[in-house]
Amino acid sequence: MTTPSPTVAEPGPARLSPRKKQRIIRTVQYVVLAAAAIFVVFYADWSSLADNFAKPDVAEKALPDLFRIALKNTIIYTLGGFLLSFVFGLILALMRISQVRPYRWIATVYIEIFRGLPALVVFLMITFLPLALPGFEVPGGTYGQGILGLGLIGTAYQAEVFRAGLQAVPKGQTEAARSLGMSAARAQFTVVIPQAVRIVIPPTTNQLVALLKDSSLVLFLGVSGEFVELAKFGNDLASQYSNATPIMVAGLTYLIVTIPLGYLATKLERRKGAGR
Amino acid sequence: MTHAIEVRDLHKYFGDNEVLKGIDFTVEPGQVVCVIGPSGSGKSTLLRCVNLLEQPTKGQVFVHGRELTDPDVDIDAARRHIGMVFQQFNLFPHMTALQNVMIAQQRVLKRSRKEAEVVARENLAKVGVGDKCDSYPAQLSGGQQQRVAIARALAMNPALMLFDEPTSALDPELVGDVLTVMRKLAEEGMTMLVVTHEMGFAREVADRVVFMDGGVIVEDGPPSQVIGAPKHERTRTFLRRVLHPEER
Ligand SMILES: Nc1ncnc2c1ncn2[C@@H]1O[C@H](COP(=O)(O)OP(=O)(O)OP(=O)(O)O)[C@@H](O)[C@H]1O
Ligand SMILES: [Mg+2]
Repeated sequence: MTTPSPTVAEPGPARLSPRKKQRIIRTVQYVVLAAAAIFVVFYADWSSLADNFAKPDVAEKALPDLFRIALKNTIIYTLGGFLLSFVFGLILALMRISQVRPYRWIATVYIEIFRGLPALVVFLMITFLPLALPGFEVPGGTYGQGILGLGLIGTAYQAEVFRAGLQAVPKGQTEAARSLGMSAARAQFTVVIPQAVRIVIPPTTNQLVALLKDSSLVLFLGVSGEFVELAKFGNDLASQYSNATPIMVAGLTYLIVTIPLGYLATKLERRKGAGR
Repeated sequence: MTHAIEVRDLHKYFGDNEVLKGIDFTVEPGQVVCVIGPSGSGKSTLLRCVNLLEQPTKGQVFVHGRELTDPDVDIDAARRHIGMVFQQFNLFPHMTALQNVMIAQQRVLKRSRKEAEVVARENLAKVGVGDKCDSYPAQLSGGQQQRVAIARALAMNPALMLFDEPTSALDPELVGDVLTVMRKLAEEGMTMLVVTHEMGFAREVADRVVFMDGGVIVEDGPPSQVIGAPKHERTRTFLRRVLHPEER
């Protein structure tokens, strides 16, 4: 084993060893990065940018109402929509795997429609509901409309999350429960659903993040005053001051919520992967 | 006296595939009957038709004289008294061993929590896992899981027990523990219908052995006959393969 085989030639001096090649590639990458940084630093108009996106006094004026009204409303719309999607998503998921064919059809049609439509279109349709159905008003006023919009969309996605979770529970679990004399419904609620809920916690957290972001579409319901959420709030103030700082602040506020939630989802997913 | 199990002209189709082609057999109270046969011969399907986990396409199933295939029968009520043990254990992973054995007692038999717990501990101790009450299935070995599954079935006071290859998913060194428990049950007079590849168990414990092939019962008799001196060539071929796998 110690004598090198004579057919394997020493790498010629002209050829680069893989290690050398890698070092050169890495160096090139650093050079490109440095050039880009230099370009941005020297050619961007920093004072104008700072003035437009991070003006301290504008940020200061925006902050109290941002938390008192806008963030609060964003949370109300999001949680309301989430609650609707959770309850109706579960019902729709159970319908989707039901033995009764029409239930399956209804669930499938709903899910396909509301996953296929852009969320914005759903919100625009909600604004026209009173025209389409004279005398009809969404209960809860503006809050109700926003929550309904988010709920309609969230239900479709959450139903698919639940369906995947329910179907991920092995068939043997239901069979064991039935063989002990449990009815089909009893087996679902005692054995299948508790396991499915654990499986769906990470994707459900992701759904919550998606709804939080979609809550910005409430903007298109023409809300005002006490009902504005983060995006609308930022947009209104930005026009008022002719300055983008409020939008920046609103954006940061979203990130403060969405990034930790995203991490939480990843962590939950990893814990599930590690097995119980 | 009524039979513990009576199956009459049982047929089962999966789509166009006829898996059971007219099965007739009986199990008497207190008997242990082992079902053997090659893979795909319909053993599991037969067992699952007895407690109607599979709906028979044609034919009748009677348990203690009651026709389970009668559409008016309350199948949930009937299943309470038919214990079933699966190859893959099928314990509920989100519950401890104790909860696994308690849950159906509470929800189905409406026993109080306290009563269910007493019965559960009794049965877990009986199958030799009394010290594992608070463990979750994932923390137990296959042999321990299968014994918890047996305790779960026993806690319902079943009049008869169905076993579908209860030791096939186990590491060889764990098979003995489960077979010991089953032997004890047999000695206590439990009526048992056991699908198994454990020829030693079948020979020593079974009152009768049923050999199935291609969806029909080929041979049915005492183990000394079906395993010891099989009349049919198909039985002999099968036994040769099972008993001397290295000679293929
Ligand atoms: N749910 C099902 N749908 C369709 N076909 C099925 C189903 N269950 C079983 N079968 C088919 O029925 C036949 C008999 O299956 P069964 O599980 O009863 O055999 P088995 O004797 O228990 O075999 P093994 O020893 O491998 O467990 C097989 O061909 C199988 O593919
Ligand atoms: Mg089988």
